[in-house]
Amino acid sequence: MARPGARRRENSLVDHVLLRTSIQARVVVFTLVLSTVVAMLFGWVVLRQVTTGVLDAKQSASLNQAEAGFDSAQSNLDSTDIVDPSDEGRELSALIDVLSPHDQFRDDFRILLLGPFAAGQVSETVRGVRGAPDLDPVRTIPTALLHQVEAAPGTWWQFSRVIYTSPLKSEPSLIVGSRLTINVTGNEYAMFYVFPLTEQQQTLSVLRQALITAAALLVLLLGLIAWLVTRQVVTPVRMARRIAERVAAGRLEERMQVRGRDDIARLSGSFNQMAQTLQRQIRELEELSRVQHRFVADVSHELRTPLTTVRMAADLLHENRDQFDASTRRAAELLQNELDRFESLLTDLLEISRFDAGVAVLELEPVDLRAAARRVADRCRGIAERHGSEIVLRLPDRPCTTEADPRRIDRIVRNLVVNAIEHGMEERVVLTCASKGSVVALTVRDYGAGLTQGQDALVFGRFWRADRARARTRGGTGLGLSIAKEDAELHGGRLDAWGAPGQGSQFRLTLPRFPGAPLDDDPLPLKPGDAGRVRRPTTAVRGGAP
Amino acid sequence: MTDTPRSQRGRVLVVDDDSSLAEMLTIVLRTEGFDSRVCGDGDDALQDFRAYRPDVVLLDLMLPGQDGIDVCRAIRGESTVPIVMLTAKNDTIDVVLGLESGADDYIVKPFKPKELIARIRARLRKHESSAPEELSIGDLRIDVSGHTVHRDDVELALTPLEFDILVCLARRPWQVFTREVLLEQVWGYRHAADTRLVNVHMQRLRSKIECDPENPTIVVTVRGIGYKAGVVSARSDLP
Repeated sequence: MARPGARRRENSLVDHVLLRTSIQARVVVFTLVLSTVVAMLFGWVVLRQVTTGVLDAKQSASLNQAEAGFDSAQSNLDSTDIVDPSDEGRELSALIDVLSPHDQFRDDFRILLLGPFAAGQVSETVRGVRGAPDLDPVRTIPTALLHQVEAAPGTWWQFSRVIYTSPLKSEPSLIVGSRLTINVTGNEYAMFYVFPLTEQQQTLSVLRQALITAAALLVLLLGLIAWLVTRQVVTPVRMARRIAERVAAGRLEERMQVRGRDDIARLSGSFNQMAQTLQRQIRELEELSRVQHRFVADVSHELRTPLTTVRMAADLLHENRDQFDASTRRAAELLQNELDRFESLLTDLLEISRFDAGVAVLELEPVDLRAAARRVADRCRGIAERHGSEIVLRLPDRPCTTEADPRRIDRIVRNLVVNAIEHGMEERVVLTCASKGSVVALTVRDYGAGLTQGQDALVFGRFWRADRARARTRGGTGLGLSIAKEDAELHGGRLDAWGAPGQGSQFRLTLPRFPGAPLDDDPLPLKPGDAGRVRRPTTAVRGGAP
Repeated sequence: MTDTPRSQRGRVLVVDDDSSLAEMLTIVLRTEGFDSRVCGDGDDALQDFRAYRPDVVLLDLMLPGQDGIDVCRAIRGESTVPIVMLTAKNDTIDVVLGLESGADDYIVKPFKPKELIARIRARLRKHESSAPEELSIGDLRIDVSGHTVHRDDVELALTPLEFDILVCLARRPWQVFTREVLLEQVWGYRHAADTRLVNVHMQRLRSKIECDPENPTIVVTVRGIGYKAGVVSARSDLP
């Protein structure tokens, strides 16, 4: 069974959307509504004026005729000397017969005589009817009119519906009444002329029909005109929209057609000019970034092969360093260490150039942040030991799974952990992760010198170091945290930092569980729970990125 | 010349156009006890390969003449010898292209000599099981010592690497292997998260052993974790 309510709601919703989205529909609907109102108003005024005119004419003609009839009836009655009251009825019937129309004018009006009633007395009901046998006198003569006629001399009239008994029908009519007095008997009668308004009614109904038809046609035509006129404006606007959408979607070579020299043509011209400029600039930028990326990739590639040879040679020297004298041995060690740094710098630079050129690609698969944390903790254990630090994992029982690029996630966590170890002043480094709603998060907490105000935003800057002189002695390329941030943002995630002097710092990675999911939850607070409870001398200033 | 006495460690064909690197590689390989020969041109690589019959090929991706991808395909076309790609590019597209052309493993320049040697050793590692060992996975029978895999009576041609993956999964059919564990056990990596290697080879292995590679039943993916041997299919339960 259909649900009419639901269907109606749906329809009205569709209309609603159409009205909101289409100028043309809106203009046409407004035109239809307004022109309907105007046409109705116009029709009403015309109809009213014509009605008044027609009825006025009829009314004055009828009143004249009725008054003449009343006069002639009264004078007739005055001149006749009725002696016997029984003659009264016969006399009146004859009078009606004389005054009533005959032959083809039979339907022009009817004459009705009511009475007799005592002078100055108002009757409650109609009594003693003469004339117009096909009329229902009780329902025809309005009581108010009857009372007026009985109460005072003169001519009284009223519009009313008249009921005919044979055949049964009702017609709007003008009823005119007056009082007749028979001097001899002192009886009083009410005499009524009933003028049917059939003809006037027909005229008015034909006129009304004509007006309605004309108005409907007018409204439809106005709607059509509105549709045609708006189409002239809307079509080029729609075309412009389509072209603009295509340009926005990257089809930069799309252009609008320019026809004529009107406003639309000028709009098209300006639009095309804009698209042209955009296209040129985008092409230039694309070319520039392509060339730049290509150059960095080439440089890096060309560097890699000799670097491999140097690396292997250095390794060979390093392995055999026991056979050298002290200074050569130290040289071999330095060579080895610096090659490590050189290599990571090269890798990081290439990665940064990938981000800058916008060619970094995500390869998504389900990644459990806990597993990533464990892997990184395993791998960094050596570095931690060398720094006298310790990595503590505080992982939940539930998996913190997200669709992500595992290599990038590992790199983010690794960069955060290495940074924490290097600046952690031989204190422990704590890794936590959690998930909530469509968001997962991981924090890396250290208990080092901490960050001063404002540094929490600066730490992600490239080659940023809090204290240039000190930081030089530390390892790291200075790009680790920038890369981590870029990696996080590539996933649609966030990387932020908290720190206070002497309280250590905390870095938080927040990622959506699925690509495109909103970051509307906070599984882990940025400010750690033990903030403020740690006290450390703030003599040492924190370094920068690893 | 063709009858060079086999070194105890194995023979390595180095295909690289950079003479310094090639020489350095030779030195390192020699100190580790490998025998090696250098080929500097892609066009000569296949010829040298046939003449030298190496146990492992170290192949640079960028070569004059035929490039590394073509050489790799040509060698793979006639041999299952382990191939390790040397590449200066770590972009996924290059790595996957190399792996899909038939390389077993790849190593990104600059690498440490120890790392290279570990990879070569992993590729050369022979299965020590002297006793005949027979495993089954799905409807396949694996003869471990004979290095053969059969479905019914048809032998499936697998590279040693693919064979290793299959044996690894078949030995512990109850265990789900993460990509990291597979990298460690099959490729000899330690602490590596490069899952592209596993993905590409799993795909290749499946195309060889699965009846319908789109719906694998022998090597099953456990989403978010890794791979495991499929439950013995209903087919073998039928009389």
